Amino acid sequence: MEHYFAMGGYADFIWPAYAIVAIVMIGLVVFTRIDLVRQRALLDALEGSLANKDGSRKRAPARPSGSELQPSEREQ
Amino acid sequence: MSDLTLTQRFHAFANPARFMALSHRLVWPLGLITAALIGSGLYFALLDSPVDYQQGETVRIMYVHVPSAWLGLMGYMVMAGASLVALVFRHPLADVCAKSAAPIGAAFCFLALVTGSLWGRPMWGTWWVWDARLTSMLILLFLYLGYIALWATIEEPVRAARAAAVLALVGSINVPIVHYSVVWWNTLHQPASVFRVGGPEVAGSMLLPLALMALGFTFFFATLLIVRMRAEVLRRRVRALRLAGMEA
Repeated sequence: MEHYFAMGGYADFIWPAYAIVAIVMIGLVVFTRIDLVRQRALLDALEGSLANKDGSRKRAPARPSGSELQPSEREQ
Repeated sequence: MSDLTLTQRFHAFANPARFMALSHRLVWPLGLITAALIGSGLYFALLDSPVDYQQGETVRIMYVHVPSAWLGLMGYMVMAGASLVALVFRHPLADVCAKSAAPIGAAFCFLALVTGSLWGRPMWGTWWVWDARLTSMLILLFLYLGYIALWATIEEPVRAARAAAVLALVGSINVPIVHYSVVWWNTLHQPASVFRVGGPEVAGSMLLPLALMALGFTFFFATLLIVRMRAEVLRRRVRALRLAGMEA
């Protein structure tokens, strides 16, 4: 086992290479996940407060007009 | 469907609501494929592959270095391709895709540089040389960072998208330079040994872990890109709702 981890004397280069790859890839996943959860929570909170402001049970439009994401809507 | 023009069909797939519904179903299956590929890749890379007759055990660094470098380049191509679609067709998801791809591509570009350096020290006797391949890869990293910084400095998404897309397209000149640097210049970095005329030069026992890791990294990229795009679509809805709330 010790022989394996020594990696023919190159342990100081091989294990750090794999470690940095693992750290960066796991870090990407974690930060992306945190961002997704945060945006979803923000959106839910905003939609809730807008619905309350209307004084009705109607849900706030998920895709309000004027958003830069829907230029295709007009064509339909 | 038949009465729709091609452009309309194209835009139907660009509908963010449709994207959110479809991508939701894709994330977990893609994630599982990624885990299986990288898991089996790691098994062969670290346990069941031979040592190189010249490089010894350090050949194992190649199994993370080469896929990282490919993804660093592929990430830029995705970013530049999406930027082109955003500029020319005004495809509503294209700049979301370009923006989401940038940090992943930058991360892999960074990993290619660091793992290459960790291999270079024992094999070349130096952490770094101003070799054409290494230098053009470093420039690629700076292009990624410039692109990300540009998005961060312009607050209005439509204007930020346009400026960033132009930067991505201008910078795409560096992609063939990175790829052909080992051919055009006398570099310390070795030439291509997998995607070359006449087929791969790498032995099968080493090609298997390399292929598994490369596929695994590619699936990782795709999965993460989809999740980042989902977060970005939500971020823009939040922004649109806030603006609508201010006007009301």
